[in-house]
Amino acid sequence: MSDETPQDETLLETLPLDAWHRAQGARMVPFAGYEMPIQYEGIVAEHNWTRTSASLFDVSHMGQLTLKGDNAAHELEKLLPGAISNLKPGKMRYSLLLTEAGGVIDDLMVTNTGPHLALVVNGACKWDDIAHLREHLPDDITLTHFDDFALLALQGPEAGAVLEELIPGTRELTFMTAGLFEWTRDGKTAHLWISRAGYTGEDGFEISVHEGCAEDLANALIADDRVKPAGLGARDSLRLEAGLPLYGHDLDQNIDPVSADLSFALSKKRRSEGGYLGHKAVAARLADAEGGTLARRRVGLLLDGRMPAREGADVFAGDTKVGIVTSGGFSPTLGRPIAMAYVDALHAAEGTALECEVRGKRLPATVSPMPFVPHRYFRGS
Amino acid sequence: MPRYFTDEHEWIDVEGDSATVGITDYAQEQLGDIVFVELPDVGTVIDKGKDAAVVESVKAASDVYAPISGEITETNSSLEDDPALVNSSPEEDGWFFRLTISDSSELEGLMDDKGYKTFVESL
Repeated sequence: MSDETPQDETLLETLPLDAWHRAQGARMVPFAGYEMPIQYEGIVAEHNWTRTSASLFDVSHMGQLTLKGDNAAHELEKLLPGAISNLKPGKMRYSLLLTEAGGVIDDLMVTNTGPHLALVVNGACKWDDIAHLREHLPDDITLTHFDDFALLALQGPEAGAVLEELIPGTRELTFMTAGLFEWTRDGKTAHLWISRAGYTGEDGFEISVHEGCAEDLANALIADDRVKPAGLGARDSLRLEAGLPLYGHDLDQNIDPVSADLSFALSKKRRSEGGYLGHKAVAARLADAEGGTLARRRVGLLLDGRMPAREGADVFAGDTKVGIVTSGGFSPTLGRPIAMAYVDALHAAEGTALECEVRGKRLPATVSPMPFVPHRYFRGS
Repeated sequence: MPRYFTDEHEWIDVEGDSATVGITDYAQEQLGDIVFVELPDVGTVIDKGKDAAVVESVKAASDVYAPISGEITETNSSLEDDPALVNSSPEEDGWFFRLTISDSSELEGLMDDKGYKTFVESL
């Protein structure tokens, strides 16, 4: 028996909640340069708990950055295809840092907090992102890395009710909005920056908290019977069901936003006006998409049977290789394997019958709309 | 019926010149929720140390190597519909396959129950 997961245990950092995870029974694995909890009681149990109640994920490996300065929004817009200058205080937007050739350097969340812009970037990319931002932004824009803050994600249909009890007022947040809240316990007050967003497809929150208060907050959240800790394993199967790409797997510098089926992140006004790094390449891919000449596209695949097709599996139409799986696994909610793949655009239409090759076997697969499991974001009551 | 263990976390029950193979409780615990088991075809002749089966958990695919050489005579068809048997009953109902023992000297050097227990504790 051999686990194929590569294990590089050199120079791993620990999370602020490292001891807490171990006390909760987590199995820790290396991820994005950190020792992180992959699971507690089991991936499927945690996955299903997130879909039916609420789970607490520690995503403190992610980079929490802010930009401050006159024209910060305008300057950031030169590096990404989203509209940031018209983002109202308390609103957030999903966007992409792009290379000149239109390749994705990272995907990120940008929030207008009022006093500054807050960026949440991928853990494995954060140092390169900081270098990229610092290289391209003017010197009078201050970039701060909040590396002494933890980020806790509370996700699931009960997340709203749980958090409202602990931190009154959070129910006023709707999907993709954020605000500053105070949490007082034992006479001590902590400031929490709370966003109604996540990576599971469920309603939920991401809570930025100083590392000194993170353990208290985690304990207060799991003291509610509706909340259990969940690890990276469930986070991955949940985001796959939700059709959300994972950087380094479904996205990288050789992939443009149009091929990645992320054109929603290309704000309408900025498509025509441009003015950002990578615009020329992105505009060309948009024209390809309109003209039916796009080379390949990220699609969802629903597989027959029970055998999953993992990252790297070739995708075939008859005898012709037409694509490759970039994320794949078993969907606990659907009880069958699902995958994301990049497929020649000629074979990317919904309902197209394809095959994935796994260990010499051909597994029937159908191009399927994503999300595989419907999103249940809270857009207001 | 003697039971042997390998350092790859497989168990082998020997009965005459036939052996039944599965993975240990420790192995299933490490793998987590098992969603699919790919078993060899009956009649396949496999060599010790070569790929014999693949266990798919939610997280990853893991190879199971043949602990001894032989010809596959039977596979556990219950695992097709209920791969989670490997989690719930790894060392009994969740067995993988049976094979003929082509070279019983390959059993030498494998661990017994006590030896395996000590091995796992050392991990």
